[in-house]
Amino acid sequence: MQDKKNGCDGCGDGLGLTRRTFLKHLTTVSAVVASGAVIGLILPEGAAGAVDSTYDWTRHRWVYLIDTRACIGCGSCARACRAENDVPEGNYRTWIERYRMNAEGEAHVDSPQGGEFGFERIKAGGDVRKAFFVPKLCNHCAATPCTQVCPVGASYTTRDGVVLVDKEHCIGCGYCVQACPYGSRFINEETHTADKCTWCYHRLTNGRKTACVDICPVGARIIGDRENPDDPINEIIATQRIHVLQPELLTKPQCYYSGLDMEVR
Amino acid sequence: MFTELTGYLFPNDVHISWSLMIVMYPYITGLVAGAFIVSSLYHVFNRDELKPVGRLALATSLCFLPAAMLPLLNHLGHPENALNIIVTPNFTSAMAGFGFLFSAYFILVVLEVWFVFRADIVRLATESRGLKQRFYSLLALGVYDVSEAALAIDRRFIRVLAALGIPMACLLHGYVGFLFGALKANPWWSTPLMPVIFLFSAVVSGIAMLIVLYQIGCRFKGIEVDREAISSMARWLWLFMIMSLTLEILEIMTLSYERAEEWEVIGHLLTHQLSISFISVQMVIGGLIPFILLMLVVTMGGVMHDKIRNTLTLSASLLLLLQVLSMRWNVVIGGQMFSKSMRGFRETYVPGLYEKEGVLAAVAIFVFPFLLLTFFEKVLPTLKKSDR
Repeated sequence: MQDKKNGCDGCGDGLGLTRRTFLKHLTTVSAVVASGAVIGLILPEGAAGAVDSTYDWTRHRWVYLIDTRACIGCGSCARACRAENDVPEGNYRTWIERYRMNAEGEAHVDSPQGGEFGFERIKAGGDVRKAFFVPKLCNHCAATPCTQVCPVGASYTTRDGVVLVDKEHCIGCGYCVQACPYGSRFINEETHTADKCTWCYHRLTNGRKTACVDICPVGARIIGDRENPDDPINEIIATQRIHVLQPELLTKPQCYYSGLDMEVR
Repeated sequence: MFTELTGYLFPNDVHISWSLMIVMYPYITGLVAGAFIVSSLYHVFNRDELKPVGRLALATSLCFLPAAMLPLLNHLGHPENALNIIVTPNFTSAMAGFGFLFSAYFILVVLEVWFVFRADIVRLATESRGLKQRFYSLLALGVYDVSEAALAIDRRFIRVLAALGIPMACLLHGYVGFLFGALKANPWWSTPLMPVIFLFSAVVSGIAMLIVLYQIGCRFKGIEVDREAISSMARWLWLFMIMSLTLEILEIMTLSYERAEEWEVIGHLLTHQLSISFISVQMVIGGLIPFILLMLVVTMGGVMHDKIRNTLTLSASLLLLLQVLSMRWNVVIGGQMFSKSMRGFRETYVPGLYEKEGVLAAVAIFVFPFLLLTFFEKVLPTLKKSDR
C-alpha cells in the first residue's frame, strides 16, 4: 500500500525516497562527513576509539538497513571501512556482491577484491537480464552463533545490540569464524584475533554514523536506532517489505535488506 | 600462495582458518580415547585375553594425552591467553568444556596409571640404588605396602577408575565431534551423527595404534606376540571399523538421498575436491581393504599361521590409522573447501612444510607421544614375557 501511494511500485526507489528528500539526505550526509572530518582533526589522537561518557547504551538499539535497489556498486563503503578500521588487505568487514542473471535465471555472482574498487562494466549485447549489487557486512544477529561458540566470552553483544570482539581477551581459536554463516568474521593476521564489523562502534557512541553509511553516495546504507521513535529507520521497517539473509537459520539478523532477491544468501 | 578458486566465495572464506593442527587434534584425542577403551575392556569387562596389552593401552593413553593439547596451542592466535578457557569460560560455548573435560580426564588417567603400576614402582624403588631409587621413591609417593590386601584395594580402585574412564573417554571424544556437529553454519559438519562417528573412529584408531605398538614393542623386546591378544584385538577392530564406516556411509547416503540443498555443495565436494582423500583413501584404501584383511583374520584365524595373522592385522591397522587420519582431514579441511555462499570452492589445500601450522610441526607433534611412550617403557615396562 505504501509503495502504491508513493507511486513507485517496483520503480527501484525502495525506501520511498523522492529526489528532493534524497538531495536533502545527501546534504546532511555531506555535512556529517565534513563535521566528522573536522572533529577528527580537532580531537586528540586516540579519542576516536573512546566511548563518549554521556553515552547510555540502555537507551539505544542499533539496526542497519540496506536498499539493494539503490546500491550502485561504487565500493566507497568498503574503502571507507578499510581506512576507518585498519582492515588488513585480503580481509573484509564489508564487501559488495554483484549478481547477474541470464534468461534462464542462472545467477553469476562476483565480488572482485570485495568490490572495493568498483566493478567492470557489463558488456552490452550479453544475455544479462537482471543485475544488482548487494552490500554485505556483519548482521549483528540478535541470536548470533558467533558469541554463543566463543569459549572465553571475548565475543559479546552490547546492550545496544552491537556484536563486538574483545581483542585483549580473544585467544584466536577461530571457532566464531566457523560459526558465522555469513562469512563476516576473519582472523586478523596482524592481531591474530577474531575481527569483524563493529558498526563503527567508536563513532556510534560519539553520535556519529558508521563510515560506510556516511560515505554511501546514494543512501543505500542506513543505520538507525530502534529506541528512538523519530528515527526514520523505524518507519521504513514498519511499513516496507524487508528481508534478512538466511532467515531459516534463525540467527535474527539486525541488518535488514530491502529489495532482496531470492538468489542472495 | 596462489589459491585456485571456482565460483563465488565470500571474500573472507578464501582462507582456511582451521589448519592441519585442527586435523591433528581430534586424531590424537581419538587415539587417547581408543587406547583407554581397550585398557578398560581388560580392567572392567574382564577380557583376560587382552591382559598382555592392558598396561600398554593405559600407557599409550597417558602419553598421547599431553600431545593432544599441542596442536591446539600451536593453532591459537594467542596461546598465552589459553587459560582464559578455564578462567573465564563462556558456558554457552561447546569449546568451553574442553579445559574441564581434559583436566578431569588427565587426572583420572594419571591416577589409574599409578594404581596399575604401583606394585612395579615399589619393586623398582626397593631394588634400585642411588638416583634411580630416589626417582622411583618419588613415584611411589611414600606408599610401599604391596601386600595382597593392599593390591586388592588397588584393583578395586583401578576397576572404578577404568569404569569411570569409559564415559569420560567417550565424552572427551564425542565432544570433539560435537564441536563440529553443532555448527549450523556448515552443512558438511552439522549433523547429530558427528559425535558418534568421531567416537567410533576414535576407538578404531586406538585399537589399531595398539596393535601396531604391541607388535613393534614385542619385536624390540624379543617377546612373542600373543596369539589370543592379537586375535581379540582384530575382532574388536573389525567390529568397530564396521560400525564406524557404516555411520560414515550412512551420513553421506542420507544427504544424497534427501537431495537437500546442501547436497549440491557436498556432492561436488566429495567427487571433486575430496575425491582422493575421501573416496580413495577413507573409503577404499583405508576402509574396504582393511575390512577384507580383518575379515580374513576373524573368519579364518584358527587355521592361519601366526606370522600371517600378525602381518594381516598389522597391515589392516596401519591402513585404518590412515583411514581415521583421512576422515579427520576430510571433515576439518573438507568443511572449509567450500564457501558459506554455497556458490564457490577452493580447489586444493596443501599445507606448507615449514609453516607454523604446517607439515613439519604436525610431524613433530605426532612424534612427541612416541618419545614419551619410549621413555615410559624404559621407566615402567608395560610389555612382559610373563603376562601369559
